[in-house]
Amino acid sequence: MPLNRKDLLGIEDLSVEEINLILDTAETFRDINQRRIKKVPTLRGKTVINLFFEASTRTRTSFEIAGKRLSADTINISASTSSVVKGETLIDTANNLEAMAPDAIVIRHSSSGAPHKIAHHVKAAVINAGDGAHEHPTQALLDAFTIRQSKKTLAGLKVAIVGDILHSRVARSNAYLLSKLGAHVFLAGPNTLLPRGFETQFANAEGSVQFAANINDAISDADVVMMLRIQLERQSGGFFPSLKEYSIHYGLNSKRLALTKPDSIVLHPGPVNRGVEIESDVADGARSVILDQVANGVAVRMAVLYLLAGGE
Amino acid sequence: MDFKEKSVVMTAGDMNRVMARMASQIVENNPDLSNVLLVGIHRRGVPLAERLAAKIREMDSVEVATGTLDITLYRDDLSTVAEQPVVNSTQLPANITGKTIILVDDVLYTGRTVRAALDELIDFGRPHRVQLAVLVDRGWRELPIQADYIGKYVNTTEHEIIKVMLPEYDEDEKVVVVEMK
Repeated sequence: MPLNRKDLLGIEDLSVEEINLILDTAETFRDINQRRIKKVPTLRGKTVINLFFEASTRTRTSFEIAGKRLSADTINISASTSSVVKGETLIDTANNLEAMAPDAIVIRHSSSGAPHKIAHHVKAAVINAGDGAHEHPTQALLDAFTIRQSKKTLAGLKVAIVGDILHSRVARSNAYLLSKLGAHVFLAGPNTLLPRGFETQFANAEGSVQFAANINDAISDADVVMMLRIQLERQSGGFFPSLKEYSIHYGLNSKRLALTKPDSIVLHPGPVNRGVEIESDVADGARSVILDQVANGVAVRMAVLYLLAGGE
Repeated sequence: MDFKEKSVVMTAGDMNRVMARMASQIVENNPDLSNVLLVGIHRRGVPLAERLAAKIREMDSVEVATGTLDITLYRDDLSTVAEQPVVNSTQLPANITGKTIILVDDVLYTGRTVRAALDELIDFGRPHRVQLAVLVDRGWRELPIQADYIGKYVNTTEHEIIKVMLPEYDEDEKVVVVEMK
């Protein structure tokens, strides 16, 4: 079964078959990343533009390496160096890029829906690398890939997602993806950062998504704990009193980790605020798969680029 | 796609005899079998490489190493196919430099698969020699490529398809000429 779509804009409209195709394809690409020559000629002659309107090191680098290992020419454009600062509109930027005939455009934007808008205006495959508080599909795919790597299947797993659910596109994309693959997702965080009605979006999934009463309920007997980054740049609303207090009530330390299953794993999308949402001994501990997530990110993005931009 | 079977080119018994002959040719041509690696090209080359290794084991009590190769990412027609083919795994030893590699495939046709396989091999190292073993050579080459070990030559027309059926993937074991209905 092929990935029968032009763009990857979110997990919400992906089928279970499409998700599994991407994850299975990524297995092969993970092997390539361990070879002596970490490059295949698959996308030779194709152009991938990374268009980042928001700061990013990990995701942008990951997409850049993924493109290069497939032999595509990758070009990075960041908002601070682009015509956006000169007042160009999003559509004008899109039309100008389209005129240079890229095969794929990877876009990150602070506004939800920006990649969708660009996708309507260009022939290139558009990949959402994070739009506002909406979705971050490749992050959820690499998280699922990492979980599958250690747990073999997602069906029936208890997954706790802890932190700022309100602003988190990572939480949203993961809630869609993990519940589609049959996991039971428990969300926890300060009440001010739990969006009302959020769980109703996942009613039709194979698994489930629900709010836990508190963090301890969420992580008790969990197979997987996903800690979200406190996005300091999005905390102007006074959602919690102080970082110190956040860390006491919602941070993951070794004492809390002991509530989870003995073979549980800990994920974090990065960059880590050590001592805030996660203590160093946990982030660097044996259960942490944080660096596996980064390694797997390249493989998953290679799979997405191959499936979307490989053909005619 | 519906196929019309035109004729049987090899029965299971023929295939077995032919594989035994190819195995003995491989042994004859490669005095140092410990340096040989039989590499099956996905999909049907993979079980054929295993069979050749088994034949050599029966004959000489020598264990020849095997590997697999998926050439999808090296195809020269990827940008023109509408649907992206499924990528299988490539399993080769970490270092193939200095080895004698014997590529194994079911049918030799245009030669483009072998071209892709050679490119992929070079990315893994610098083999001492690369040889090619195929169960059927059906002609119609588009590249200057030839096999070192051939099970059987079959004359074909352009529209005929050689189907190698193996129990690993099919319900039968034989080689047939088919034509699209």
